[in-house]
Amino acid sequence: MLDTIGASTLEDLYAHLPEEVRFPGGLNIPSGKSEYEIVDYFRARGAENANQHANFLGAGVYHHYRPVLVDTVISRGEFLTSYTPYQAEISQGALTAIFEFQTMICQLTGMDVANASMYDGSTAVPEAAMMAMRITGRDGIAVARTVHPEYREVLGTYTRHLDSARQGVRVTEFEYDAESGQVDLASLELALDENTAAVIIQSPNFFGIVEETKQIAEMAHAKGALLVFVFTEAVSLGLLEPPGDADIVAGELQSFAIAPSYGGPFAGILACKERYVRQLPGRLVGETKDANGNRAFCLTLATREQHIRREKATSNICTNQALIALMATVFMTLYGKQGLRDLATQNLAKAHYLGDKLWRRFKGPYFNEFVAATGVQSAEEINRRLLGFKIIGGLPLDRFYPELKNSVLLCCTEMSRRADMDAVAEAFGA
Amino acid sequence: MIEKVRAHPSQNESLLFETSSPGKAGYQLPELDVPTVDPAEALGAQHVRREIGGFPEVSEVDAIRHFTRLSTWNYAIDLGLYPLGSCTMKYNPRVNEAVARTEGLMWIHPYQPDALSQGAFAIMAELERALAEITGMDAVTLQPAAGAHGELTGILMVRAALQAQGNPRKKVIVPDSAHGTNPASVRMAGYEVVNVASNDRGMLDAEALARMVDEDVAAIMITNPNTLGVFEEHISNVARILHSKGALVYMDGANMNALAGISRPGDYGIDLMHLNLHKTFSTPHGGGGPGSGPVAVKKELEPFLPLPRLQHAPSGWSWNYGRPQSIGRVRAFYGNFGVLVRALAYIMAHGGDGLRRATLDALLNANYLRKMLEPHYEIAYQAPSMHECVFSDRRQAANGVSTGAIAKRLIDYGFHPYTVSFPLIVPGALMIEPTETESKQELDLFVRALISIAQEAEENPELVLMAPYSTRTTKVDEVAAARKPILKWRG
Repeated sequence: MLDTIGASTLEDLYAHLPEEVRFPGGLNIPSGKSEYEIVDYFRARGAENANQHANFLGAGVYHHYRPVLVDTVISRGEFLTSYTPYQAEISQGALTAIFEFQTMICQLTGMDVANASMYDGSTAVPEAAMMAMRITGRDGIAVARTVHPEYREVLGTYTRHLDSARQGVRVTEFEYDAESGQVDLASLELALDENTAAVIIQSPNFFGIVEETKQIAEMAHAKGALLVFVFTEAVSLGLLEPPGDADIVAGELQSFAIAPSYGGPFAGILACKERYVRQLPGRLVGETKDANGNRAFCLTLATREQHIRREKATSNICTNQALIALMATVFMTLYGKQGLRDLATQNLAKAHYLGDKLWRRFKGPYFNEFVAATGVQSAEEINRRLLGFKIIGGLPLDRFYPELKNSVLLCCTEMSRRADMDAVAEAFGA
Repeated sequence: MIEKVRAHPSQNESLLFETSSPGKAGYQLPELDVPTVDPAEALGAQHVRREIGGFPEVSEVDAIRHFTRLSTWNYAIDLGLYPLGSCTMKYNPRVNEAVARTEGLMWIHPYQPDALSQGAFAIMAELERALAEITGMDAVTLQPAAGAHGELTGILMVRAALQAQGNPRKKVIVPDSAHGTNPASVRMAGYEVVNVASNDRGMLDAEALARMVDEDVAAIMITNPNTLGVFEEHISNVARILHSKGALVYMDGANMNALAGISRPGDYGIDLMHLNLHKTFSTPHGGGGPGSGPVAVKKELEPFLPLPRLQHAPSGWSWNYGRPQSIGRVRAFYGNFGVLVRALAYIMAHGGDGLRRATLDALLNANYLRKMLEPHYEIAYQAPSMHECVFSDRRQAANGVSTGAIAKRLIDYGFHPYTVSFPLIVPGALMIEPTETESKQELDLFVRALISIAQEAEENPELVLMAPYSTRTTKVDEVAAARKPILKWRG
């Protein structure tokens, strides 16, 4: 091959580079390892992490069972090692699966259109906010304090510098009701004005409480603002009323057979009403026909996207989370209409079993997470004690809500065992 | 009526919603070990949904057949050469998949106590160190979820750093050969995009650039090698020009597969850059993601990196949130950790020397293809190629055969097409990146296919224009799809 090229050594291939850009040394990275050594290294690192612990953490990342078939499907090289399906004729597998994904997300959320995925729930939120600003021509965002704190931080990062011509975007947070844990409607009313592009709420919210979405939608719409509905616990949609009153839904599908993996890779979704589709960022698959008149699928409405529109695009997103969205697609297929409801009902029962034993901070309806007051003990003391039983306790909330001292966010799923829940109750002194 | 009208049973697969039948399901739940709860009572009847209309109802066997059949309609690296330029479709080693599924790495919660996540910290620290070494940079954030996300993170850091000096400035210079994500990211960070044209060698013109750079310019975004596969020879000079006006140099590292081990951007004036772990470091593209887009920076920019940062003390690893100059979070939690695990496994398998050797093999393969194809296709620019080469369809277009048609015909020869019509500065571009993991045998098959298509374009252009012939679906009508969008199954 070198002869063909007319080079005598491999080094000749970059001899044309100026000397100052050539790296003369060798990289300070240990020499190549065998497969066995690599497996061994990661096994050792895994052993340094929590192992075989029962886990009562939720807060945006949930321990749900992953059906075996999910990895069977996504491990097929045809899905795993293919690129974004730009060449429709040899990508019908990926395109068909994405079309099914888009359909299922619409069925689940009550929206008309869903894109092919976003990086995760947290980045879907600012994309939804920007979308609402383009649609309404306004630049105020009102966000509930009960939206996941890290999602709100990401929203802050994205909006802080957005479009200097508009001199920044104004993000206003509104409060929760200390009794119910739901949105404080009076506080929301104060946050709304003629410049509000979007009202952003999460349900079940960060405290696990179900919001009165319909009422909030009416308040937002009365001011000409859009409602952005956020979810972090997708399993809840098996049982809870879909947010059909919202204009845009931004969510996280981690609960659908996506392992916690220390926080990623996950898959976000962005869905909306039909009339807003031209402002929806991200990839979309559409149905069409091939030259023989047979049904076929392809990427479509690309004029919204960066590779066509460059700086005028709806977003800079290119690579999304296709394979992870496929995991969720297989999960939704296996559980299906009845299974997702049964799964959600089990989650509800488990959480209420433990919730009923503890002193819950909020009285609003809850799904599979709730805030428990720790009483005279500190959250840290309780969690330390639980670790002795190989149980990881809930999330102490003062980390994100300084006013919520001695409060722990606990999550129960179908994987929570009764004995472990009893141990948690005991540690709380219940 | 005969249902299976096509040659193979898998060629006639319906959508899930069309094969569903009431009561079928592919799940089992354990018996509930706590009392049942009535949803309407617990949640309020108004909060409980009716059934999910249209949702699938299929068995486990139905499900696996469905997805397996769909998979057979996809081309993949595992089937052969996938020469998409700037996408770096190299082999995805399966050991990476295996280690990412290690129990203690897969089932760890981002909020579990730091003391119970020390293995995860160690992996991230090791990867940060390796990426800093490869790029010649001082610090790395692993948080961005993809390349474009890394770009946004980087430009937000540029803004924060300049703001800290009192003036964030207004404009970012982007070459016309750049990926579309560059100008889109610049815009999202609140800057104006200023496009700069490449010169007749396909490179940035340092003198022209010097005239453009003023006190309003915050930064330049340079892809290097650029999307023509050409190394920006004046890059250190470009950096000097920008720095002399107080502006920063951002490098899009999408093409780092051409540089790992032979050239370190941090050594010649690049202030910050992103990497695509799903390109250079072999993590699978998965039909469009997940990716991971770490950003590597010089020391001066470290205070502005996203929150949180890894920190080490005698008691072990933990997260540091006390960084007042940080741009803040760009994503919840800490990044696409599962992708990071795979990338570190790739780096470990190669070692420093292996990474360099992979780069040289990538250059060898690209230059071999260029040499073999040059007699048949017009090379876009004479400048030497690095890891990819870009041709123009000018000769074939004379017979009405465009790069798009050649690409579709390539499918009939058993290959995935190259990147079509990009970069935009080349009329009818064929952008070809073979990567280092292809053998000479596979490259020769590809060369023969493209030579044969060049002949077909001369002798029988109609044949090329109607391609592909061998696929399950013939040519897909993308225009119709956009005219009347059908974006979900309507029953």
